[in-house]
Amino acid sequence: MASKGSAAMLRQAQHEAQDELETMKRPTGRWGRNGPGSGALDRTISDVPLQVVYGPEDGSPGRYPYTRGIHPNGYRDRLWTMRQFAGFGTASQTNERYHFLLEHGQHGLSVAFDMPTLMGYDSDAPQARGEVGKCGVAIDSLADMEILFDGIDMGEITTSMTINGPACIALAQYVAAAEKKGIPRAKLGGTIQADILKEYIAQKEWIFPPRPHMRIIVDMIAFCTREMPKWNTISISGYHIREAGSTAAQELAFTLADGFAYVEACTAAGMDVDEFAPRLSFFFNSHIDFFEEIAKFRAARRIYARHMREKYGARNPRSWQLRFHTQTAGCSATAQQPENNIVRVAYEAMAAVLGGTQSLHTNSMDEVLALPTEKSVEIALRTQQVLAYETNVTNVVDPLGGAYFVEALTDEMERQAESYFAQIAEYGGVIEAIEAGFFQREIAEASYRYQRSIETRDRIVVGVNGFVHDVDEEAIDLLKITEATERAQARAVQDVRANRDAAAAARALEGLQAACRDPKENLMPHLIDCVNAYCTEGEIVDAMAKVYGRYTERAVL
Amino acid sequence: MDLLREFERQNPRALARAISLAEAGRGADLVRALYPRTGRAVTVGLTGPPGVGKSTLASALVREARARGKSVGVVSVDPSSPFSRGALLGDRIRLAEHFTDESVFIRSMASRGHLGGLAGATADAVLLMDAFGYDLVLIETVGVGQSEIAIAELAQTTIVALQPGSGDSIQVLKAGIMEIADVFVVNKSDHPMADQLRREIRSMMEMLHWTGWVPELVSTQALEGRGVDELVAAIERHVAYLNETGEIERRRRDAFSHQVRQLALGRLEERLDRALRAQPDDELDPYGAADRVVSQLWGE
Amino acid sequence: MADRPLRIVIAKAGLDGHDRGAKVIARALRDAGMEVIYTGLFQTPEQIVQTAIQEDADGIGLSILSGAHMTLFPLVVEQLRGQDAADIVFFGGGTIPAEDAKRLKELGVREIFTPGAPLQEIIDFVERECGKRRALVG
Repeated sequence: MASKGSAAMLRQAQHEAQDELETMKRPTGRWGRNGPGSGALDRTISDVPLQVVYGPEDGSPGRYPYTRGIHPNGYRDRLWTMRQFAGFGTASQTNERYHFLLEHGQHGLSVAFDMPTLMGYDSDAPQARGEVGKCGVAIDSLADMEILFDGIDMGEITTSMTINGPACIALAQYVAAAEKKGIPRAKLGGTIQADILKEYIAQKEWIFPPRPHMRIIVDMIAFCTREMPKWNTISISGYHIREAGSTAAQELAFTLADGFAYVEACTAAGMDVDEFAPRLSFFFNSHIDFFEEIAKFRAARRIYARHMREKYGARNPRSWQLRFHTQTAGCSATAQQPENNIVRVAYEAMAAVLGGTQSLHTNSMDEVLALPTEKSVEIALRTQQVLAYETNVTNVVDPLGGAYFVEALTDEMERQAESYFAQIAEYGGVIEAIEAGFFQREIAEASYRYQRSIETRDRIVVGVNGFVHDVDEEAIDLLKITEATERAQARAVQDVRANRDAAAAARALEGLQAACRDPKENLMPHLIDCVNAYCTEGEIVDAMAKVYGRYTERAVL
Repeated sequence: MDLLREFERQNPRALARAISLAEAGRGADLVRALYPRTGRAVTVGLTGPPGVGKSTLASALVREARARGKSVGVVSVDPSSPFSRGALLGDRIRLAEHFTDESVFIRSMASRGHLGGLAGATADAVLLMDAFGYDLVLIETVGVGQSEIAIAELAQTTIVALQPGSGDSIQVLKAGIMEIADVFVVNKSDHPMADQLRREIRSMMEMLHWTGWVPELVSTQALEGRGVDELVAAIERHVAYLNETGEIERRRRDAFSHQVRQLALGRLEERLDRALRAQPDDELDPYGAADRVVSQLWGE
Repeated sequence: MADRPLRIVIAKAGLDGHDRGAKVIARALRDAGMEVIYTGLFQTPEQIVQTAIQEDADGIGLSILSGAHMTLFPLVVEQLRGQDAADIVFFGGGTIPAEDAKRLKELGVREIFTPGAPLQEIIDFVERECGKRRALVG
C-alpha cells in the first residue's frame, strides 16, 4: 500500500492538477498534430510518418478478442490516467488535502483508509493500537465521512475508494453523506475496490467467511446496477496476489478466476450479464520482467473477452472488454541503493503502457524504506510524464503485436492460465480452492522459489546480490502520525456513540441482522439505515459477524 | 530453574520446558516424579485427514470446554515433516482466540528426532499436562497413517473427523480407522454430500461386529460452532460409559502399555543400532547376520 | 546444537496481512533445521508472548509492515519482561526506518532486518543468538 507524506502530497496534487488540465485540453480523435507539448505525435522524432496501428486487419485493436487493445486508436484518443493513490490521518486532515487538490483542478479523489478501517475495527478498539491514521484515513462512522467530504460537491467529483472487507459500509457511508447534502445516489460517480476474493488469496484484509462475503458483493453490485448508474462496482485485483509473491501467470489466472467467480455469483443471483459486466474493472501489477508483463496484459484481455462472450454469453461488446489499472511492483523495489528503483519503475511503467493499461500508479523510489519524500513522489509522476510525452510509445497501438516472442509469450500466459482454471475447477471453484489453501500454497511456493533464486544468485538483483556497494543510508523525511491522532480519533468515535439516538441505532442494527439472515433481502438499504443512525463501522461489522461468523485462515505455509 | 518446584508452583514455563525435555528424550526423571499425579484428566484424541477442519473443531471443543469451566491442554502433532530436521508448525492458528486464556495451554509438536518415536514424546506431553492439572487434554493430529492410530491409543476417547466430498475421507474409512473411532464427526455438515458420507459411515459400521460401545456419529459445522455441543455430549457419554463399565481401566492400561512398549522399543532400537554398527564386515547371509546380532543383544 | 532443534516462533502482529516475508523466513528457518511455529496473522503482543512461552521457543521473529512497529515491538518487549521471559531472543523485520530500528534495539529488540536482508544472514543470526540462549538454559 502506498502512503504519501504531507509535503509530498501537496506537490503531487499540483502535478495531478496539471495532468488533469492537460487531459481536458486534449482534443479527441487523432490528437497527433495538435497534441500537448509535441505537435508530432503521428510521426517519429525524426519526422517519419506513423500509422495508428500496424499489422493485419484481423485481430486489430478495438476488436474482439481485444488482444491488441480495447480502443482502435489506443492512447491517441485518450492517454492513460495518471492516478496516484494517497491518504492519511484523520478525516479533517484529509479533507483539507482534498480541498487543495480540487482547488487545483483535480476532478477525482482517491481515498486510502487506515488499517483499522480496512479491517472493520473502530479507532478505539484494542486491535487498532498504533495503527490509527497510519496507512490512510480513519473512518469510523458517517460523522467521519461527512467531515471527509465537507464542502465538497459529491455530485461533481468522482471518488475512488480502496477498501474491501467493509466496502459495503464505506459505500453506504458515501451514499448517506451525499444524500445528507441533497445529492441523489444516482449522481454519484466513482469506484470501490470491493474485491474480497483476492483478500483470502493474498492480501488478508477479510472479515467474514467467503460465502457471506460473496453475498454482500452481489448485493452491492445489484444495488449499484439498479440505483447508482455512474458507479464502478468492483475492481478485481491481481496486484496484491503478485505482491504476495505469485508468478505472472498465477496473477493472471487467479485474478481472472476471481472475476469470473463474481460474474457467476451475479448471474446466479438472477442478474443479466450485460447489465453489470460493463462496469467491472481490473487492477494488475507491473513487475520487472518486461516482456512477460506485456504478454500478461495482452493475454488477460483475450482470455477475458473469450470467456465473457463464449462462456457467459455476454452480447454487449463493453462486457467483453477488460479495462485495467496498473501499479508498478512494490515488491521489485529494493532498500539497497534506492535510487535504482526509479529505473525499475520506469521499465515497469513502460511495460504497462505497451500492454495497454487504462490508468497507472508509479511507485516512489523509497517506499520500501518508509513514507516517500517529496522529491521521490515527484520523480514517480515525472516518470509517467516522460513516458507519455517524450518516448512516443503512445503513437502506435500495441507496437509489439506480431513480434514472434511477444505473441508466443502471450500464448504461453494464456495456456498457463487455462491450466490453472482447470485446477481451480477441480476443487469445485474459487471459494473451494481458497478453503483448501490452493492459491495460498501456490503463491507461498512461488515466492519461496523466487527468494531462493536470489540467495543462490541464479537471479541477480542489482544492489542486493550483485553490484553491491556500501553507502551510508540517507536520512529520510518521515510523516509521523502521532499518538495524539489516535487518541483524538478514539475520543471522536466514543462521542458519536454517546450522542446519537441509541434506540434508533439499535433498531437499525437489528434490521441489518434480520436482512443478513434473509438471502432474498438486499443488504445495502439496511446498511444505509445503520450509517444514518450513526452506527460505527465496528458495530456494524460485529452485528454482521454475529450472523456470518469471522474468517480465520487455515495455515498454509 | 528448579523445574520440579516451578512445575509445582504452576509456572507454565516449567510445563513448557518439561515437554521440551521429554521431546529431547530427557524427560524420564520428571515423568517419574510427576507420574503419581496423573490419571485425573480426560484425554481426547482428534484425528482425520488434512483439510477436514480439525483445528477449527479443536478450537470449538476448547471453547465449549472453557464455557463449562474446564481447563484445557492441547497437544497439536504434525507428523508430516519430511525434510531435514526442520518443521513448520501452523496448527495453532485456528486456536488463536485461546492464546491468552490462562486456563488453556497449547503445544505444537513435530515428528522427528524423538527418542521412542513421536508417540512416546506425545505420551509424555499428555502425562505432563495431566500432572499440571488440566481437566481436559486434547491430542490433535493430522493424517491417516499408523502414527495417528498410535496416538489415538493414548487417548481415552478418540474422535475421527471426516468431511463430505473428499476422497481422503473415504480412504480413511477403508484404511482401518473404523476400529479406533469412538465418535465420528462429519464436519462441514452443510455440504451437499454430507448425507452421502453419513450413509457410507453407517454402512461400514454395519459390516463390523461391535461389542460394548458402538461409535456415535455427530454432524458439525465447526466454523459456525454448530453441532459442537452434541459432540461434547457424545464425548461425555463415552466417558460415562468408560467409567460405568470399568472400561476406563482397560483404556488406561492400554495407554500405559502402549507407552511402555514405545519406550522399550526406543531403547532396544538404540542398542540394536549400536550392535549393528559393531558387526564385523563378513559375508554372512542376512538371516545369519540377524540371528547373530540378536543373540549378541540377549547375551549383553 | 543441542539434542533437539531450535524452536522459533514467527509472528505477524497488528492488522497488516502482508505475510510474504514472514512465510519466506519461516520456510528458510525450517530448511535450516529449526522447528518453526507460525502464529498466523493479526496477533496481539500478549498472544505472541504466550505462544512463545507455551511452545518453549528459543526465539521470536516478528514481522510488521503497517507502520505500527513503534507501538507493537515495545509491547512485546514489555510482555516478555513481565512474564520473566526476556531470555527469549526477540528479533523483527519490516519496513522499519534506520532511526526507528536503532530505538527499538535500545529498547531490547535484538535485531531488526529490513527488506532485502539475505536469508542466510537471518539464519546465521538466529542460530548464533538462539544457540547461545540454548547453551544457557539447556
